[in-house]
Amino acid sequence: MFKSLGRLIIRGLTQIGQASGMVYSCLFWLVKSPLEFNQTMQQTVKIGVESMVVATLTSLFTGMVLALQAGTTMQSILSEPIYIGTLVGFSLVRELGPVLTAFVVAGRAGAAVTAEIGTMRVTEQIDALHTLGTDPIRYLVIPRLIAFTLAIPILTLFANVTGMFGGFLVSVYSLGVPSNTYVEDITTFIGVDDLMHGFIKSIFFAFMIGVVCCYRGLYTRGGAEGVGKSTTKAVVTSMVLILVLDYFLTAILNSLGI
Amino acid sequence: MIEIKELRKSFGDKHILRGVNLNIKEGEVTTIIGGSGTGKSTLIKCIIRLLEPESGSIVVNGEDITHIKSEMALAKVRRNFGYLFQEGALFDSLTVGENVTFGLKYLTDTPKSEYAKIAKEKLALVGLKDIEHLKPSELSGGMKKRVSLARVLATEPKVILYDEPTSGLDPIMSEIISELILDLKKKLGVTSIVITHDMKSAFEISDTMAMLYEGHVELAAGVKEFKKTKNPYVKQFIEGSSKGPIQMQIRN
Repeated sequence: MFKSLGRLIIRGLTQIGQASGMVYSCLFWLVKSPLEFNQTMQQTVKIGVESMVVATLTSLFTGMVLALQAGTTMQSILSEPIYIGTLVGFSLVRELGPVLTAFVVAGRAGAAVTAEIGTMRVTEQIDALHTLGTDPIRYLVIPRLIAFTLAIPILTLFANVTGMFGGFLVSVYSLGVPSNTYVEDITTFIGVDDLMHGFIKSIFFAFMIGVVCCYRGLYTRGGAEGVGKSTTKAVVTSMVLILVLDYFLTAILNSLGI
Repeated sequence: MIEIKELRKSFGDKHILRGVNLNIKEGEVTTIIGGSGTGKSTLIKCIIRLLEPESGSIVVNGEDITHIKSEMALAKVRRNFGYLFQEGALFDSLTVGENVTFGLKYLTDTPKSEYAKIAKEKLALVGLKDIEHLKPSELSGGMKKRVSLARVLATEPKVILYDEPTSGLDPIMSEIISELILDLKKKLGVTSIVITHDMKSAFEISDTMAMLYEGHVELAAGVKEFKKTKNPYVKQFIEGSSKGPIQMQIRN
């Protein structure tokens, strides 16, 4: 048992080391060579567009269910569905918007990135990049890392708005809350620092998803089966790390008063 | 030009190269033959430093490249080489034209306006035309291989490493590729290292032939000497006989 635990720890540390090495190489190539601008823009649009529909649907229904739950709870405690906008807005902007968007992108675009880079690895396309004078870090990883870091915060902002709109629909049309009350509940109590709280978290999530998914792709071994395994690992690792990171970021940002 | 001494490379507990010694002369075609899994691809991947050997040395034009670590320095070394991958390794997301001219951006100063012309020229050399706009997924296996060769030729490298250039091609196309390898030698003085199982092509194009067996070079010699050799391993291999010292394990 100790032997397998030891092996697990060594493997974990090796992977952290390899992923850190990849991030270091990214910094090296960013300084030493021009950015692959077209690739970066293409990837940003691709990641954003690929995840847009799922992110919208997820946040819309999350906003709706939050409003429904908050409305029912308030009704049973205070006999009136009040502060629905505030509850929906806070939950979305500070927590659910960034986390759920990151989940959706990791499952959709993150998996696609790992599968693409992994397939390139097992079909020797990564080796071909080396022989044609460029580096996979420069040509594949940096554009995708930047693309995730640009696309996810934008998608998060979009998800926040859609979620609040979902909450609005349920509050106004199902719970009978006047529309201006719902909007006022949001605008009065939710400030710029709340928006920043979620926005900063989404940037960290994005960078982490980019690192995990590119790393898993680059270190794929063993044909089609290997690509499948890498893709699953990339999504699972990203999702777990999103939740772990979320706790620590929330603690740090709260202590900083954001 | 390329001196390989006591080269060793393992993957886990599999010892693939166990002390390879080989000299590759400038402007010559050197063919490497040997059974599957004897380390032919591993050897040429070490030469272009896609793999790092554990020990031994590879000296290219007087420079020891065995243990270069820096990506920049490695990129500089690789500039001299072209590499034809066994399965082509074309970039799926790019068109044939973009694939062929891919290396020009990173390895040469060729203006972008020349790219289309170069793609057309190099594709014509391998017997293909009007396919620049297609994606690799729309090509047959043999066509992929030829596009990949056109991609290698586009950057005009001094040394070309071919990993089974004629496998998957019909006999006529195999002949055309063999002639092309000889043409590159005669007209441009390109040094070629060719891995092949096609003995007819090997005898046609080689100046030197080397046979890898159990991780070392069993024999490296000119074509005439190679054909006449009494070395039982080489003899069995070039005759394609199932009887001899090389025993294949066949599972029932």
